[in-house]
Amino acid sequence: MQHFVQLFRSIDATTSSNAKIDALVEYFRAAAPADAAWAVYFLSGKRLKRFITSRDLQLWARQLTGLPEWLFAECYSSVGDTAETVALLVGNEQTGDSSLSLQQWLENRILPLRQLEKAQQAQAVKGWWQQLSITECFVLNKMLTGAFRVGVAKTMVYKALAQVTGLPQAVIAHRFIGDWQPSADFYRLAVDPEQRRSDSAKPYPFYLAYPLELDPDHPDSVTTGNQLENRLGPTDHWLAEWKWDGIRGQMLHHQSGVYLWSRGEDVITHQFPELAEAATQLPQGVVLDGEILCWREGRPEPFSALQKRLGRKRPSARFLRQYPAVFMAYDLLEYGHLNQRNQLLAQRKQLLATVLDGLSQPSVFRQSPPVAFDSWPMLEQLRQSARHYGVEGLMLKRLDSPYLSGRKKGDWWKYKVDPYTLDAVLLYAQPGSGRRASLYTDYTFGVWQDDELVPVAKAYSGLSDKAINRVDNWIRKNTVERFGPVRSVRPELVFELAFENIAPSPRHKSRLALRFPRIKRWREDKTSREADSLTMLEHLLAEKANGVSPLPAASGRIASPDQD
Amino acid sequence: MVNHTVDSTGVRSVSSSLSDSLLVNSPHGLYCPPGDFYIDPIKPVDRAIITHGHSDHARPGMGHYYCSANSAPLLAHRLGKDISVTPLDYGTVSDFRGVRVSLHPAGHIRGSAQVRVEHDHQCWVVTGDFKRCADPTAEPFEVVECDVLITEATFAVPIYRWRSGEAVAAEIMDWWRGNQATGTTSLLFCYSLGKAQRLLAELGRYTQKTVYAHGAVMPLYRIYQQQGVTMLSTESTVDLPRDHDYSDALVLAPPSAHRSSWMKRFKRVSTGFASGWMQVRGARRRRGYHRGFVLSDHADWPGLIHTVRQTGARQVYTTHGHNEVLARYLREQDIAAAPLSALHQQPASD
Ligand SMILES: [Zn+2]
Ligand SMILES: [Zn+2]
Repeated sequence: MQHFVQLFRSIDATTSSNAKIDALVEYFRAAAPADAAWAVYFLSGKRLKRFITSRDLQLWARQLTGLPEWLFAECYSSVGDTAETVALLVGNEQTGDSSLSLQQWLENRILPLRQLEKAQQAQAVKGWWQQLSITECFVLNKMLTGAFRVGVAKTMVYKALAQVTGLPQAVIAHRFIGDWQPSADFYRLAVDPEQRRSDSAKPYPFYLAYPLELDPDHPDSVTTGNQLENRLGPTDHWLAEWKWDGIRGQMLHHQSGVYLWSRGEDVITHQFPELAEAATQLPQGVVLDGEILCWREGRPEPFSALQKRLGRKRPSARFLRQYPAVFMAYDLLEYGHLNQRNQLLAQRKQLLATVLDGLSQPSVFRQSPPVAFDSWPMLEQLRQSARHYGVEGLMLKRLDSPYLSGRKKGDWWKYKVDPYTLDAVLLYAQPGSGRRASLYTDYTFGVWQDDELVPVAKAYSGLSDKAINRVDNWIRKNTVERFGPVRSVRPELVFELAFENIAPSPRHKSRLALRFPRIKRWREDKTSREADSLTMLEHLLAEKANGVSPLPAASGRIASPDQD
Repeated sequence: MVNHTVDSTGVRSVSSSLSDSLLVNSPHGLYCPPGDFYIDPIKPVDRAIITHGHSDHARPGMGHYYCSANSAPLLAHRLGKDISVTPLDYGTVSDFRGVRVSLHPAGHIRGSAQVRVEHDHQCWVVTGDFKRCADPTAEPFEVVECDVLITEATFAVPIYRWRSGEAVAAEIMDWWRGNQATGTTSLLFCYSLGKAQRLLAELGRYTQKTVYAHGAVMPLYRIYQQQGVTMLSTESTVDLPRDHDYSDALVLAPPSAHRSSWMKRFKRVSTGFASGWMQVRGARRRRGYHRGFVLSDHADWPGLIHTVRQTGARQVYTTHGHNEVLARYLREQDIAAAPLSALHQQPASD
């Protein structure tokens, strides 16, 4: 494990991405394939199925050090991370004599813990701690409890492997996508330059669009027809589509079966049996990219309906009828077992139309219709009205764009509806984690219901470092009560929050839930009395429930850029 | 050395009107009513005993200063040559109106002292800032037995456990050598009084190279030098042309110089910070230095607990940092302890 700990140290000791990638390259060059497989596994954010919790670590550390619970809590509040707190308490000054490799640590020590009773697990882990240095304990604790977030993005790992193997980064990314078991064999195949994709159960890396800037105060703001023109050029190079409020997915039909993958790289085939069933009608060797939506009477259902579907591994027939799903396809990545991603969008769209037209109608596979527009001001107006149709805005895609991997600027843009906003009062604060462990950065906000403030949203601070420090200071001076790490504060500070959507939620005191709430700015000009009321949010909710208009009829052919 | 005469009646009337506490809190800071002096006062007073030269302990405007002999030049540098100072030798008892006062090494920085105050068969010790780790530039900490101990608690949480200065210096050497290999200047931030000199002494184990320092570090470096402390030879950046080549150098600077225009003279830099706070990853990242080195001039958790026990104090007051944590822990170990704010408060008189 020494080399892996050394790699962690190097990564942790720098803020430069290039230096991190250099350290990764150096590690992968020297590592045995089985060790490298485990390193990729953890560094790309995968975790062991959790069988040891932070609570276990805390308890065992207290048993080993004899610290009372309150004192451990004080330690935690100075650190903000259980794995690190425990390591600082139990780790030794000297590096342990740990000649075991990373693979041996995992396969001979950590994974067999699963077979043990809690008491035996405790004994084993405490024994290891007594042999290891603080950093080694930290790395071990992170592997035991999952989430190994150490300032390395998945893409850095892929970039490093691309450098080591000479393979394109997209190929590496593709080979490590989804669910895989770390082993020497797997790693050897994954980094083998000769190895070619054949009949895989894995999705292609998703191509993700950047948002166009909508904040009118931002220098790159794009909110008028003119600004669109300046940024994107003539309209006829562009295809507009609705930005659906569902979940992004890839449907694969291969010889080995049908697979539905979410963008989060989970297989969700079982949650959507009607889509899986219909996918067997697609030609073999086809991969579609699209949006999964609940759909009824010609329009999308609110996202909350889809969430219900995602939560059920084995939905009943009645449940399926209650929340019917469709796959709104907008791209074709593979056809006839051949990768189509380097074809132009216009050509992929034509091929997609051919594939979908071949299905018996009506089908749960639909083609995401192009949104007709002949000028940028018209498009801007369509964006403004998008909410009425139950969509999140528009997508703009260059007709001559290939299907890239990851988030890339230039060819694809999200053009979202303006978020909803409200002014809310800061009620509770708690420290962040990681970099911000000693600052109060996680806030709970409330709005007025008569003379009472009701919590409606939690948001991490989206403020500048300077403002965070000021708010942190204010919180410490204006604390009313403390509950563990959480402080309630004098209800005085007002923040403008932005959020994407609102839905009923019986679980919450306010009986509603905001989607993606975040802080837009600190309203230092407002007193808490001027904050918004719950009634305002209830009206908004009622407005949404009263109806989404049917989408305007699809029209317009897609012009192929070859023809102009 | 101390030329106060004891006015026994005066002393008695002062002490009986307050309490039996040998030291009390007052608006001007920690005060000894029978001896009529203050320790590290926060506002101007006539007689101030100063534990050490850091600015939160040695403040301007006192009528008369008492401090250790090695601390006196540091005070004069920081507060002005015209201050009135009486240097006291460690271990020598002075008489303040019948109160016996002596200074004892605290191991914090050069000249740092604990203050022992004895009167009426009561003995109090004020540690000031102190540490137990070896430090080649500071007089080693001396355990002083007492009835009541007023201890600092800056790092009084069990996660703070220090490695030796020697081990940390080895880490700094590795970082410096790594930077040299890529033509990168190693810019190490540290407090200019104490930490900088300690680093220059510890690094002397591993190299003889000249080190550079920000102008603020130099006068303090010279005072240490005059007291015979062995350190790496050090040159001021002020004395060098602006285009001097620092590409393989180690440069020491106070934290206030971070991101200042002074930094522009270096081309490629890696920044480091040497402080006890660097023990926590979050703190390292938040301060925006590339590297954190865990080196403190304060006692760590085991050092605090061990020291309290060694003094045999039956009552402990805690001050600075995590004072409530330390007090609560000691109470659970059956040692009477409270934050210093709980000590008897002298009402404001003027
Ligand atoms: Zn100090
Ligand atoms: Zn201090």
